[in-house]
Amino acid sequence: MSSARAWREYPQRYRYEAAVCDQCAKWFFPPRLVCDACGCREFTTKAMRRTGKVLTYTVIRVPPAPFKDQAPYVVAIVQMDDGPRLNVQVTDFVDGQLKIGLPVSLEFRKIYEEGEAGIINYGYKAVPV
Amino acid sequence: MNVGIVGYGAYLPKHRIKVEEIARVWGADAPSYKKGLGLREKSVPALDQDVITMSVEAARNALARSGGVDPREIGALYIGSESHPYAVKPSGTIVSEAIGATPAIHVADFEFACKAGSEGMFVAHGLVKAGLIKYGIGIGADTSQGAPGDALEYSAAAGAAAFLFGSDNLLARIEHTFSYTSDTPDFWRREYMHYPQHAGRYTGEPAYFKHTIGATEGVLERSGMKPSDFQFAVFHQPNGKFPMRVGKMLGFSHEQMEAGWLSPTLGNTYSGASPIGLSAILDVAKPGDKILMCSYGSGSGSDSFVFTVTERITEVQGLAPKTRYMLEHEPIYLAYGEYAKFRRKIRKAE
Repeated sequence: MSSARAWREYPQRYRYEAAVCDQCAKWFFPPRLVCDACGCREFTTKAMRRTGKVLTYTVIRVPPAPFKDQAPYVVAIVQMDDGPRLNVQVTDFVDGQLKIGLPVSLEFRKIYEEGEAGIINYGYKAVPV
Repeated sequence: MNVGIVGYGAYLPKHRIKVEEIARVWGADAPSYKKGLGLREKSVPALDQDVITMSVEAARNALARSGGVDPREIGALYIGSESHPYAVKPSGTIVSEAIGATPAIHVADFEFACKAGSEGMFVAHGLVKAGLIKYGIGIGADTSQGAPGDALEYSAAAGAAAFLFGSDNLLARIEHTFSYTSDTPDFWRREYMHYPQHAGRYTGEPAYFKHTIGATEGVLERSGMKPSDFQFAVFHQPNGKFPMRVGKMLGFSHEQMEAGWLSPTLGNTYSGASPIGLSAILDVAKPGDKILMCSYGSGSGSDSFVFTVTERITEVQGLAPKTRYMLEHEPIYLAYGEYAKFRRKIRKAE
């Protein structure tokens, strides 16, 4: 990821800023321009609460190159308490702890580094509450 | 004007390694290391954790205990560490952005061996006291380095603590501060070097003990207080033994130091050490309690603080994870191989 693209996504990657539809109050993360429920184009920016539950997950054993040191790792769909669903890595669980329905919260973590000398990309991962 | 702590928070990684596991690899005698250093295990940052990630979480915990301070009102953020992830690019900008405190904020990264965290606290509270800013954050955080097989490897650990300073809605007032500094070459790391070097036993008497005693006696003299006036005291914790020994030399009891004495199972969190100890004390303190904190950083210097806890403490203690909970709750133990990978001690193909 270019550092310019990462920088554009800081509000979401760092602060979980979502768009909440002014008309029907549906949450969108990442934000979008038109509400798919009511067609409204007006949104208010709100930070999502950091808590949610694991809806489903899988284990990645053959990762893309920037993630190879992390394999095997878990990627889950997390149902956030405010409504949006996130595709997110899960970490810091102990043996037998990871299961569907596990309450998690988002923590600030390194996502990957652009090699030894490049930029470090930060964002969120889910950890058991 | 009263200035003090409005919010505090710590963050500790979940991974640990035991002294036995390190000693096994290097053919060292674990019982003598455990006895000599007074510690049993230490925290280890995961591959995706560094000073910045831990500082963000500690600062978020401090804000959770702040009674709703708007991050945009924070006028300064200082992170003290000797393991900033970048040589050039501040840690503080990323942390400020993540907590929503940008852009009207003064940010700097401090470095002074293990004292950099208390330096950040000292400067942030000073700016509040001067009336230049409404709120300021001081953070001490480290993922400290110890060369494989060196005595430091048994203690070099990871953790962070953040303190939000202001002048209203305080949970602890700062009554007095004092700093004690001299050029004492007991520990250093040159540019481009992975691991620090130290002067062995010389890091004790003329370094740690002289400066810790100097700064503590200085703040006691300024405040007109004596050790028995305090409910709690916390000193820099390079190992399990030094803080208890220096405390006893100064006239503090085991009971006064126990709450903030984390190094036997946490290790030495360098810039985080005495600040994380202070966070563990605030977790259990009661209104009216007096707390003494004294840091130590090689090179050398100590900052001491006298705090008085206010009525508000009991409202905020439960609003973020407590430090002892993070230390004791479901740690994940590593074998030396995993630890070496986590700490990037393994040379890989380009």
